[in-house]
Amino acid sequence: MTGGPLLELDGLSTHYVGARGTRITRAVEDVSFTLDAGETLGIVGESGSGKTTLALSILRLLPPGARIVSGALRFEGEDLLAKSPREMQHIRGKRIAMILQDPMASLNPLFTVGDQVAEPIRVHEHASRRSAWAQARNLLGSVHIAAPERRVGEYPHQLSGGMRQRIVGAIAISCEPRLLIADEPTTSLDVTIQAQYLHLLSEIQRERGLALIFITHNLGIVARMCDMVAVMYAGRIVESGPVRRIFDAPAHPYTRALLESIPRFGEADVRLTAIDGQPPDPAALPAGCAFQPRCVKAIDRCRVERPPRFVVGAKHGAACWLCG
Amino acid sequence: MSISRAAVLTLPWRLTSVRIEAQALIPIVILTVLMLTAIFADVIAPYNPEIGTLGDRFQPPAWLTGGSTAHLLGTDHLGRDVLSRLIFGARVSMVVGFMAVIFAGVVGTVLGVLSGYLGGWVDQLIMRLTDTWLALPGLTFAIFLAAIVGPSMWNIVIILALVFWTRYARVIRGEVLSLRERDFVRLAIVAGCSKRTIMRRHILPNVLNSAIVIATLMLGIVIVTEASLSFLGVGVPPPKPAWGLMLADGKKGMMAGYWWLTVLPGTCIALLVLSSNLLGDWLRVKLDPQLRQL
Repeated sequence: MTGGPLLELDGLSTHYVGARGTRITRAVEDVSFTLDAGETLGIVGESGSGKTTLALSILRLLPPGARIVSGALRFEGEDLLAKSPREMQHIRGKRIAMILQDPMASLNPLFTVGDQVAEPIRVHEHASRRSAWAQARNLLGSVHIAAPERRVGEYPHQLSGGMRQRIVGAIAISCEPRLLIADEPTTSLDVTIQAQYLHLLSEIQRERGLALIFITHNLGIVARMCDMVAVMYAGRIVESGPVRRIFDAPAHPYTRALLESIPRFGEADVRLTAIDGQPPDPAALPAGCAFQPRCVKAIDRCRVERPPRFVVGAKHGAACWLCG
Repeated sequence: MSISRAAVLTLPWRLTSVRIEAQALIPIVILTVLMLTAIFADVIAPYNPEIGTLGDRFQPPAWLTGGSTAHLLGTDHLGRDVLSRLIFGARVSMVVGFMAVIFAGVVGTVLGVLSGYLGGWVDQLIMRLTDTWLALPGLTFAIFLAAIVGPSMWNIVIILALVFWTRYARVIRGEVLSLRERDFVRLAIVAGCSKRTIMRRHILPNVLNSAIVIATLMLGIVIVTEASLSFLGVGVPPPKPAWGLMLADGKKGMMAGYWWLTVLPGTCIALLVLSSNLLGDWLRVKLDPQLRQL
């Protein structure tokens, strides 16, 4: 690598095209960001804001009907959009790994844990079964599973939810990826296990210096885990910047509204503010700013012209006319 | 279905740490006995099944008047020992039944997995082929094929496999369609496994249960079809002792009161088919992932 960012997205747009080609859903529109090695980026947004589609776009694993229509996607200086499906297969799991929304269901019930942790090692590094298993044992140890030499031989149903979760983590890091994408990895977990798991993820990240993209709708997790935050609304990044800046001085009305809707401990008398209205249909976005119909501060210009990204601080930008 | 939870037999190996209930015990015993008979036919059978003594034609079973202990179940129109023919007939039924079920199973499962996982034009091609195949009446189609390739035991195996693979393909495809949406398959995709690896390591092992259940249920159908083909004269060629062939030969003797020539092979066919169906039903419940206790 030549000093550039690990991952660079420049104006990336992914659209879903309906069966007859008439209905175009702009799931991801003009998204740009850069991520350096060892950095954590939180992507926050409501359901349907395009977070998962963005993650799948980076891995080029879009469902049929979805297509990256424009923009650039570079990873370690290589243009991922120019890669053949075969080359992408060698990148997935090896250089970019992903943890899915429901890690509990991510294990094949018919194979032992060792087999499943060893699988990416065997696929990508053509390791022998024996050496892959030895590595699998070490990996289980590094995700704090007690008695790994016994657990490798067990089947998923013999393990607790928290353990299965760790195993999915072990699979993700088995080939020493440079980038890990975690798509709401804790939504299906108890709160107590959630905390443990997040702790494990940041530990892995620190030890191995990997970059992490954390997709979530939980701002509390973002505050704890991330260096940088990107807030998505209707397929676009409306505000992005360092975590402290976003929490202390949110610039975009949507970010502010999101922050005001988190319950805070000890402030029982403060009413939570909900955001009025519904997120827009991404196939029929309003004119101007997509948030404008729900925005309390909307001015006339918001209804006509879409705001560009204004710089409001160091590495901090927001797409809102009020910031201009 | 309420089965008494009597643990009648617990086999030592791991595969069947499953308790075997009475419902399964009966068919398993019958099938085991028939299988051993088929394997050791040369040892058990008192006579050569293909050569008879014309002087001993139409002897009744030993317990009837005129019967002798020399031929426990009597003799047929060529003086051949019925017991020996039944014993060797078990071998024919078993070989044809199991081989046809296995061949059909391999072809059907592979095509079903390909069709379900790859989708698109592969799926269209395989499923339209299956549709066409299913539109042909099974027995008639088998007779047609047998007439073309000529009768021999191994030809019958191939014909039956060709006729029955569609049943597997259909069911397996359906299973694959739901499996491919499961998270462990997605994880394998995200982990960079090729389609081939995913089908081999994640899809195939998960549909084997269903394939085994279909195979057991198909065994009965295949054996009856084999018997029908032999009965109609396009199955296993004559000197070989197939149960269906014995029925066909024996039917002329029915009017003359030589009932043992039809009742005995008929009973054998019925027992074998009934056992495989009972076993299949039991397995279906046992291996159903929803009902299975892991």
